[in-house]
Amino acid sequence: MISFEQLLFYLFAAIIILSAVRVVTVRNPIHAALYLVLTFFTTSALWILLEAEFLAITLVLVYVGAVMVLFLFVIMMLDIDIAEMREGFVSILPLAVVVAVMMVAVMVMVVGPHHFGLEIYPAAVRHAADYSNTRDLGSVLYTVYLYPFEIAAVILLVAIVAAISLTHRRRPDVVTQRIEDQVAVTKSERLKVIEMKAEERR
Amino acid sequence: MVELSDFLIVAAILFSISMAGIFINRKNLIVLLMCIELMLLAVNINFVAFSHYLGDNSGQIFVFFILTVAAAEAAIGLALLVVLFRNRQTINVANLDQLKG
Amino acid sequence: MTISDLHSVTIAIVLAPLIGALIAGLMSDAVGRKGAHTITITGVAISFILSAILFKYLVFEGGATIEQSVYTWLVSDGIVFEIGFLIDRLTVMMMVVVTFVSLMVHIYTIGYMAHDEENWPQESLAGRNSYQRFFSYISLFTFSMLMLVMANNFMQLFFGWEAVGLVSYLLIGFWSVRESAVYANLKAFLVNRVGDFGFLLGIGAVLMYFNSLDYMTVFENAELHKDVMVEVIPGSPWSLMTLICLLLFIGAMGKSAQFPLHIWLPDSMEGPTPISALIHAATMVTAGIFMVARMSPLFELSETALSTVMIIGAITALFMGFLGLVQNDIKRVVAYSTLSQLGYMTVALGASAYAAGIFHLMTHAFFKALLFLGAGSVIIAMHHDQDMRNMGGLRKYMPITWITSLIGSLALIGAPGFAGFFSKDSIIVAVGHSTVAGSGFAYFAVLLGVFITALYSFRMYFLVFHGKERMSEKSRSHLHETPWVVTLPLVLLAIPSVVIGFLWVDSMAFGDFFGSAIYVAANHDVLTALAEEGHNAVSMLLHTPISAPFWLALAGVATAYLLYMRETWIPELIASRFSRIHNILLNKYYMDEFASAFFGGGSRLLGTGLWRLGDMAIIDGLAVNGSARTVGWCSSLLRHIQTGYLYHYAFAMILGLLGLFLYFLF
Repeated sequence: MISFEQLLFYLFAAIIILSAVRVVTVRNPIHAALYLVLTFFTTSALWILLEAEFLAITLVLVYVGAVMVLFLFVIMMLDIDIAEMREGFVSILPLAVVVAVMMVAVMVMVVGPHHFGLEIYPAAVRHAADYSNTRDLGSVLYTVYLYPFEIAAVILLVAIVAAISLTHRRRPDVVTQRIEDQVAVTKSERLKVIEMKAEERR
Repeated sequence: MVELSDFLIVAAILFSISMAGIFINRKNLIVLLMCIELMLLAVNINFVAFSHYLGDNSGQIFVFFILTVAAAEAAIGLALLVVLFRNRQTINVANLDQLKG
Repeated sequence: MTISDLHSVTIAIVLAPLIGALIAGLMSDAVGRKGAHTITITGVAISFILSAILFKYLVFEGGATIEQSVYTWLVSDGIVFEIGFLIDRLTVMMMVVVTFVSLMVHIYTIGYMAHDEENWPQESLAGRNSYQRFFSYISLFTFSMLMLVMANNFMQLFFGWEAVGLVSYLLIGFWSVRESAVYANLKAFLVNRVGDFGFLLGIGAVLMYFNSLDYMTVFENAELHKDVMVEVIPGSPWSLMTLICLLLFIGAMGKSAQFPLHIWLPDSMEGPTPISALIHAATMVTAGIFMVARMSPLFELSETALSTVMIIGAITALFMGFLGLVQNDIKRVVAYSTLSQLGYMTVALGASAYAAGIFHLMTHAFFKALLFLGAGSVIIAMHHDQDMRNMGGLRKYMPITWITSLIGSLALIGAPGFAGFFSKDSIIVAVGHSTVAGSGFAYFAVLLGVFITALYSFRMYFLVFHGKERMSEKSRSHLHETPWVVTLPLVLLAIPSVVIGFLWVDSMAFGDFFGSAIYVAANHDVLTALAEEGHNAVSMLLHTPISAPFWLALAGVATAYLLYMRETWIPELIASRFSRIHNILLNKYYMDEFASAFFGGGSRLLGTGLWRLGDMAIIDGLAVNGSARTVGWCSSLLRHIQTGYLYHYAFAMILGLLGLFLYFLF
């Protein structure tokens, strides 16, 4: 008899797999991105099952909220020729499927119940209701993993700088206000004193 | 009860799908990036599952860092893609063969 | 004298000429001509005086052998490489001879090189300080030769050996604007390389088997290695001692100009005459003789080596004498006589009569230097014309040169009472008593050599100092005796040429002068045997009328008188009648051609082979271009993998991943 938990697991797993398949097969990149959002959502649900609440929320916030929006922005900004992108899609499909099936078969052999079943890894003891996953992670993150955490922050900063400096460009055809030039201006640039004959009084 | 291997198998399938996605979408750089995100997700599922079944938080910390790096990677990857499109008017990977000798 | 005094004296002897050479050479402009010769002569004079003091200490006061280590260069695996001095009676005698002759040559050079700038082209920079440079070189040579004879180990011996070779090279080619001089110095250097090759191999063999370069250690252990056999060519074992001695003797053959490595010596006459006297007659060429005598404990252990030494010496003594008969260049005649006399010394070494050989070396140093300097004096007077056919009758113009040259010639041919008589006769009798294989031939050669020596010596003497005056009118008007700086050395050298034989023959040749410095195995010891038979200076003089060498020498002089004073048409008749032999002699037995074909051609062939096969094929072709081609070939295969498409790389990664999984599974 399938327990409720198992039922939820199989449901989410099925959604993950189906949406992932759609991600890689749909024609329109926007649809692919949306399916990817679905995949992330269900994955975060799966992680809730695993009592990783903090990461589940982070995944939704960071990925669905930020990264995927970024993806959608880019897709919409760029004028992409979808037909050209799909070239060779059908011809390569059988090979891809065969390789994927082989991979799955081999990996299942490695990670299957034979090696990682309940007999070997029994189900973990559920935490009490007042357990806070966030507090638990934080207490580790800010002590044991302080330096990696700081490095991660630096990586993000670098990523921000890199992304901006890569995409930033000065467009010569756009009229903009250049404040530094305005501040640095001197009198001689603006004021021209010319000498001319006084006009005769009429 | 849900077994550890169940989660691992889901992750494996997800990984294989994204790998196949890299093959079949080999010309579309955006979908390639998405496939990479999927792959990372598969790995993350493994980490979280192990963390849960072993009762060790370190796996979740790892996922945290992977998410950080993946976000950075996505941001830079997309920035590169934008620059690439701006310069070449295409994101077709087949055209990106300047490296070939 | 205390030991430390002696050590200081030893070092001073070596350094004085070196300092003189450095000052004269490096600061030639600052010291000027006068300064250069003053400094170098002072240096050599100090050396000579100190050597004489050491001689007195060792010989008359019976002082002990001085063994001194000055500086340890390095110690590697227990083998010590050092600079050190071994001063025994053999060494000290050589030192006195070297420094004395060198001093005479230094003084003589003032006169000989006085107008050296005339020998250089007007614009030549080298001619500007050639005078100082020459003095620097001869002082440097004195230093090198002293290092050679005073060495207490093989490495320093080799250093001195090469240093004298280098200075000889510099001096033969001193007039570097003359093509013939440059050719001659290259030839001397290259021929000596052949000898040095053997010498170095010999030293290497000593180092390999004795694990030491120190003379004393090697000599003490020589007996232990008597029966050691080595297989140089697999399958044919050689006695180690024979191998070492032969290799060392090859070095001696180069330096002492023994057949067939003699070819450089006549050409070395391209150098200025003082050099011919100092280097190519009195000292450097005797280095080989000295070395073999020094190595007597090794040579005594190999009959084969002794026999080889004797035969080579006999060939040189006889056949080089023949060549002297046809030469017209005054210096070349003396040069060939040097070759032949060196042959005598080598024969003596082969007969284990080391003492007689060294004794002849000493007397020869004096009278050969005298002859050369006399020839140089004549050359000065003739304004650097060296052809004897343009001379004659110089006796009345240059009385001092004439009388000293006559003394030199008499000493050379072994006229009774003169130095050469005692030394040469002791060699001849020693060879006659020797039982080493080849001594019969050697005895014949040295006896016939006496006749030849007398013939060519007096041919030269008569042609130069007597007979018709064949020079041009212009030369005749300038003929006069040379200045005192030239004649003084002649006189000073003439004295020992006369007396030194009589004074020293008893102790040096037949006595125990050298003591432990020279070792002779009891069954080879001809000289002691002769001494026991009652040989000494007086008996040699008394036996003159019944000894073959005397009559042969007399016959030689008489023949020379007949051919070149009375019946001067005969030599031309002989030359035309026996034109084939005459040609062979004129071409020096075609040894030059043989050497350039065999050694020159051989090394060129080897060089070409190494160039073609080693350099072009293996190094360039295989190692350099080959590796580059291999890399290129591998790359051309690998570049097909590098498509530049990302998904190909991804695919490769996936394959790798699959492989890893399969590895985990099975």
